Amino acid sequence: MPDMQQILNFVITIGIPVVVLLSFILANAMYLQLMERKVLAHMQSRLGPMRTGWHGLLQPVADAVKFMFKEDIIPAKADKWVFSLAPLIFLVMAFGGFVAIPFGPPTDFFGILSHKVPLWVSNLNIGVLYIVALAGIGTYGVIMAGWASNNKYSLMGGFRSAAQMISYEIPMGFAIVTVALMAGSLNLSEIVQAQSQKWFIIVLPVGPVAFFLYLVAGVAETNRAPFDLPEAESELVAGYFTEYSGIRFGIFYMAEYMNMMIVSLLASIMFFGGWMPVQIFPQWLGGIGIIAWINRVLAAIPPTLWLLGKLYFFIFFYMWIRATLPRYRYDQLMTIAWKILLPLSLGTLLVAAFMKQAGWM
Amino acid sequence: MINKLIFAYFAAVIIVSAVLVITRRNPVHSVMFMLLLFFHIAGVFVLLNAEFLAAVQLIVYAGAILILFLFVVILLSVEREAQAARANRFWPWLAGFGVIIAGEIALLVLRGSFPGEGRLAVKVAGAGVKELGVELYTKYLVPFEIASVILLVGLVGAVMLAKKKTDNR
Repeated sequence: MPDMQQILNFVITIGIPVVVLLSFILANAMYLQLMERKVLAHMQSRLGPMRTGWHGLLQPVADAVKFMFKEDIIPAKADKWVFSLAPLIFLVMAFGGFVAIPFGPPTDFFGILSHKVPLWVSNLNIGVLYIVALAGIGTYGVIMAGWASNNKYSLMGGFRSAAQMISYEIPMGFAIVTVALMAGSLNLSEIVQAQSQKWFIIVLPVGPVAFFLYLVAGVAETNRAPFDLPEAESELVAGYFTEYSGIRFGIFYMAEYMNMMIVSLLASIMFFGGWMPVQIFPQWLGGIGIIAWINRVLAAIPPTLWLLGKLYFFIFFYMWIRATLPRYRYDQLMTIAWKILLPLSLGTLLVAAFMKQAGWM
Repeated sequence: MINKLIFAYFAAVIIVSAVLVITRRNPVHSVMFMLLLFFHIAGVFVLLNAEFLAAVQLIVYAGAILILFLFVVILLSVEREAQAARANRFWPWLAGFGVIIAGEIALLVLRGSFPGEGRLAVKVAGAGVKELGVELYTKYLVPFEIASVILLVGLVGAVMLAKKKTDNR
C-alpha cells in the first residue's frame, strides 16, 4: 500500500529534482538567447539589446511576453494537427534529454541535508544512448513542421534537416561509442568517474579526434552555424519555421537552445571530465608549493560549478563560431559528413579498440 | 499490479496505432502513428528490463528507418494519395496469409509455454548491454554474421540500383 511516507519519498526523490531542473532549463533557454545576441553584437562591434533593463537584462522577459501575446497564426492550407504537434515534439525531446544528465556527484549541500542526494533525476545505465535516441526523434519535429506548413521553403528546410541529421548522427554515434569504449560504460556518471585520473580529451591519439568529431557533428545536429542550412535565412527565409508565429515560434527558439545545452553538456561530460576540476599534472609537480596550492584551490570549487563552467564555455564556443564562420554549401555539408568525418570516426574507433585491447588506456 | 496496468496501456496504444497506420489516408499521418507505435514498443522493452533494446529500437527504427520513410512520403501528393486505390488485386491472398499468421500466433499463445510472471528478458536490471554482446558473439555468432552479410547485400544492392547507367559500356 502506498502510505504517506512513500508518497513523500516520491515527491522528494522525483518531484524536487524535476522542478529544479525544469526551472534551470527554462531560465537558461530564455537567457542564452540574450547571451547570444550580446556575444554576437560585441563580436561585430555593436552593443546588442540595451534598452530593456540594465544592458538589456530584461530583454528575454519582454520577448517571452511578446511571444505569448502574439497571434498564433496557422496557415489555411496547413495540416493543423501536424503543424501544432511539431513544436511540441521538438520541445519534449529536448527536455527529455536532461533527465539523464548527472550535474555532479552525490552531495549533502555542505552539510545542510542529513544524507547525500544525487544531482540527477535518473541514473540511466544507457544514458548516452537515451540522449542520442531522443535527439534522433527531435528531428521529426523539424520535418513535420516543414511538411505541415505547406510552403516550399519550409519543406526544403525540413528536407535539409532530415538529410543533415541522418548524415551527422553516424560520426557522432561513433565518437560516442569511442568514449563508451574508453570508459567501459554507457552510464554518464560512470563515464565521468572513469576520467578522474585523465580526461578523455588528453587520451592520445584518439581523445582529441573523437572530440573533434563529436563537436562538428554536434553543431550540425543542432542546426547551428556554420551548418544552419535548414534555416538558412538568405535562401529559405527561415526554413522549417517560416510559417510559425507567436508561442509556437518561441518553442522552436527555446528548444534550439536546449539542444545546444545538451550537446555542450555531453561534450563536457564525455571529454572534459564532467564535474572533475582542472588539475595540473603530473602528480610530482605537486611537490612544488605554488602548483600544489593552485591544485587545492581548483579542487575546492564545487563540482557542479565546474560542469556549468564547461557548459557555458561550449555554449560560448557555439556563438563564437557562428560569428566567425560562413555557412557551408549543401554539397560541402554532405562531403564533410560522408567523406571526411565517417572514415575518420571509423578509424578512431578501430584505434581506440586496439589500444583498449593492448592495455594502453 | 502497476506493471500490468502500464503494460495494458502500452499494448492498447500499440494495437490502436498499428491499426491507424494502415487505415489513414494521409501517408504522413501513417508515419506519425508508426512513430507512436515504435515509442510504445520501446516502452514494452523498458518494462522487460531491456533498456538497451529500447534505446536501439528508438535509434534504429524511429531515428533512422522511419525518417527515411518520412523523407519519401512527404514527396507524395496528399490529394492524389487520398483517391488512390487502397489495395491491388492480390489483397485476398494477403488477407488470407494475415489470418493464417494471426491464427498461428493465437495457437502459440494458447498452447505454448512462456516464462511466467516476474521472469524478465534481462535478469539484472540495466546489465543488458554486456550480456547481449556476449550472447551475440558467442552463442549466436553464426546467425549474427549471416544477418550482417544479408544487410551488406542489401546495402550493395541499393547502391547498384540507384547508380546511374553510363553510356560508355
